[in-house]
Amino acid sequence: MPSSETPHTVRSYAEELRRLRDMIARMGGLAERQVADSTQALVRRDTELAAEVVTRDGALDQMEREIEQFCVRLLALRQPMAADLRLIVACMKISQDLERIGDYARNAAKRAIVVSSQPLFGSMNGFSRLAVLVQENLKGAIDALVEKDPARADDVWAADEPVDDIYNGIFRELLTFMMEDPRHITAATHLLFVAKNLERIGDHATNIAERVHFAIIGENLPDERPKSDGASYAVIRAPE
Amino acid sequence: MFSTQTNPGHASPAPSGSFGRLEARSGAALNADSAIAVRNLDFVYAAGGPKALKGVNFDLPARQVTGMIGPSGCGKSTLLRVLNRMYSLYPGQIATGEVMMDGKNLLDADTDINELRARIGMVFQKPTPFPMTIYENIAFGVRLHEKLSKRGMDERVEWALTRAAIWGEVKDRLQTNAMGLSGGQQQRLCIARTIAVKPDVILFDEPTSALDPISTLKIEELIDELKRDFTIAIVTHNMQQAARCADQVAFFYLGELIEIAPAAQLFTNPRQAKTQEYITGRFG
Amino acid sequence: MSATTASRAFQPKDVAASRALGRRRRLVDQLVRVFCIIATIIGLFFLSSIMVTLVWRGIATLDWVTLSREFQPTAYGDPDAPRGGLLHAILGTLVQSGMGIVIGTPIGILVGTYLSEYARGSRFGDAVRFVSDVLLSAPSVLVGLFVYQILVQPVGGFSGIAGAVALSILVIPVVVRTTEDMLQLIPNTLREAVVALGAPKWKMVTLVCYRAALSGMVTGVLLAFARIAGETAPLLLTSFGNNVISWNLFGAMGSLPISIYQQANSGFPDLIQVAWTGALLITLGVLAINIAARILVARRK
Repeated sequence: MPSSETPHTVRSYAEELRRLRDMIARMGGLAERQVADSTQALVRRDTELAAEVVTRDGALDQMEREIEQFCVRLLALRQPMAADLRLIVACMKISQDLERIGDYARNAAKRAIVVSSQPLFGSMNGFSRLAVLVQENLKGAIDALVEKDPARADDVWAADEPVDDIYNGIFRELLTFMMEDPRHITAATHLLFVAKNLERIGDHATNIAERVHFAIIGENLPDERPKSDGASYAVIRAPE
Repeated sequence: MFSTQTNPGHASPAPSGSFGRLEARSGAALNADSAIAVRNLDFVYAAGGPKALKGVNFDLPARQVTGMIGPSGCGKSTLLRVLNRMYSLYPGQIATGEVMMDGKNLLDADTDINELRARIGMVFQKPTPFPMTIYENIAFGVRLHEKLSKRGMDERVEWALTRAAIWGEVKDRLQTNAMGLSGGQQQRLCIARTIAVKPDVILFDEPTSALDPISTLKIEELIDELKRDFTIAIVTHNMQQAARCADQVAFFYLGELIEIAPAAQLFTNPRQAKTQEYITGRFG
Repeated sequence: MSATTASRAFQPKDVAASRALGRRRRLVDQLVRVFCIIATIIGLFFLSSIMVTLVWRGIATLDWVTLSREFQPTAYGDPDAPRGGLLHAILGTLVQSGMGIVIGTPIGILVGTYLSEYARGSRFGDAVRFVSDVLLSAPSVLVGLFVYQILVQPVGGFSGIAGAVALSILVIPVVVRTTEDMLQLIPNTLREAVVALGAPKWKMVTLVCYRAALSGMVTGVLLAFARIAGETAPLLLTSFGNNVISWNLFGAMGSLPISIYQQANSGFPDLIQVAWTGALLITLGVLAINIAARILVARRK
């Protein structure tokens, strides 16, 4: 049941709920930027930008704490019910997801600094595409919450497959590079982690989409969602 | 079910499987036998007047608490007063439809109303102790329906007061006037008086709206305790109270039953827009 | 619930104007108070004048002789002649008023119960209530005439029974009113609570409502007693009066108000003195009953 548009009888309460949405939107925007910048730093071998991403992560942690405190306050003082209750609980969890996303972005940025000191090999196109997809999903999930649009959340939830596909491709590619030349192992291993980080960020974006769906519709999405993460089973034969 | 992403192909367990039945207050238990089944109930306060209840259908599951919420004048108290036919006190009020209990329609003209009320007790908004001693307050109702020896009556009074969680407070003053008790005690005395008759169903009509928060919690704890033996319906203006006490909750609006669902569902994810607006405080 | 409530600007009130208004109101308040006090003093003056006169004139012969002897004719100033008393009248009043209460109370209570519990909002009930209220303020001599017609004339003589019946007719409307009022004061929730236990209506009324209304109903009966104890007119036409102690209910019977009436009219100073004492006695009796009724009401609260 979509959230009702009738205004709340207590205006200050409605105001607080709006503020909560705004906080999530701002935190989501910052998380998107972190993801974008960390990938940018990697692709452009920009260590300054990477360092910036690392220091900026503290802001996300701070936002998560603030959102959590605000939600606890709302729960205690307003005794929310139904859609309001679901929204507050969802926002609490979404802030955690966003905080984790920030951690992955920071980790990717740190690795970007290491990678930039290593010899260049292969193409970074995969990473750029992965980052763009993941960002889109993240933005879609947050927008779905702000605009109370469950269809948008469902789209994000179903759109994780391409992310997995690209990740699988990068995984195989990097394994091949490492087999070809052991000197690539350091950079390639870091890049593997970066790819994994981006893939995990995508998973968190779908988590957020699930929570948004729950907040708006009131029911959980099915446990199984379309996946094609084959990397866990990937085997690359060494050239004989 | 916490990390299904890591084991593709493995069927995840049913949603409630991880922690067993977390919510004993809802779920499968609602399929229990119904003590009272209401079908197509209409009610008017005066012949030809507007309907205070319109085609209400629902069941009171045995040994469960059914909460009834809704704005003032929505018909929830009226419904309660139909169930024990309190409305028959007032000429002109007419209920039509079926209120089935043990295969009989309570609204039939040949129903023995006094016997019916012994089976369906009622506790009111304001505590209503009778102007007599505490002991006599309890014995009064019992005497209407049973002939007990002095000892039998003593035991019944103690039993009822104990079940109503007030025995410890009054056992040394059974022969004093019940009017001297505090509001919360008076209400528990009224509950004791009701259960002393050993009804099957107890109707609570806003039982705590005149009480302080601690007395309210005591009554709520008592209701939780009583549902092991009695079927309970409680009308309340306090949604949190319905959420705390009830297994299933019914939302009434303008004489209609809008929605009835397990409490956890109704308060987290109501199906009807009207319910949602009411419980989130967005009433037009 | 819209923006209108908050958007209207808050305007500070005019302090000087409200102060002037306050001064005027205080002045009017003082004036009204003074008038009330003056009116009260006037009322109290007459009341206390009556009480003081009664005590001053009556206390002289308020002794055992008056309380224990029957009527004696005037002594024509002879100090050795036996002085008359009021025993016959006291007993007559007690007997007739007591019987009046005994006859009138149950009828009054039943009618009051009917009005309160069974005839709420019914036309017939309203009619009964109206007639009862008319009876409450009807001149008591009419009641005397009525009983004279049905119980004195056909039998051919005055009787104590007729007096008691006349008084009971005066008792009924008082008891009807107080019973109905007291029962109406009982909250409906209490009635419903009794009925909800499965009690039939008559048990609800007799076991709980009467108990809850008891002190009020007793007060009503006491007030009715106080009223009929001072009645003269209906007794003149029914029990007529008697100068000796009579236990014969079928014959004429004395009573305090009639003794006062007759002896005060006699013109003999010694008889008039006895009448003063009788008046004091009856006033003290009515006062005592009223005080008792007050105490009962106070204890109820």
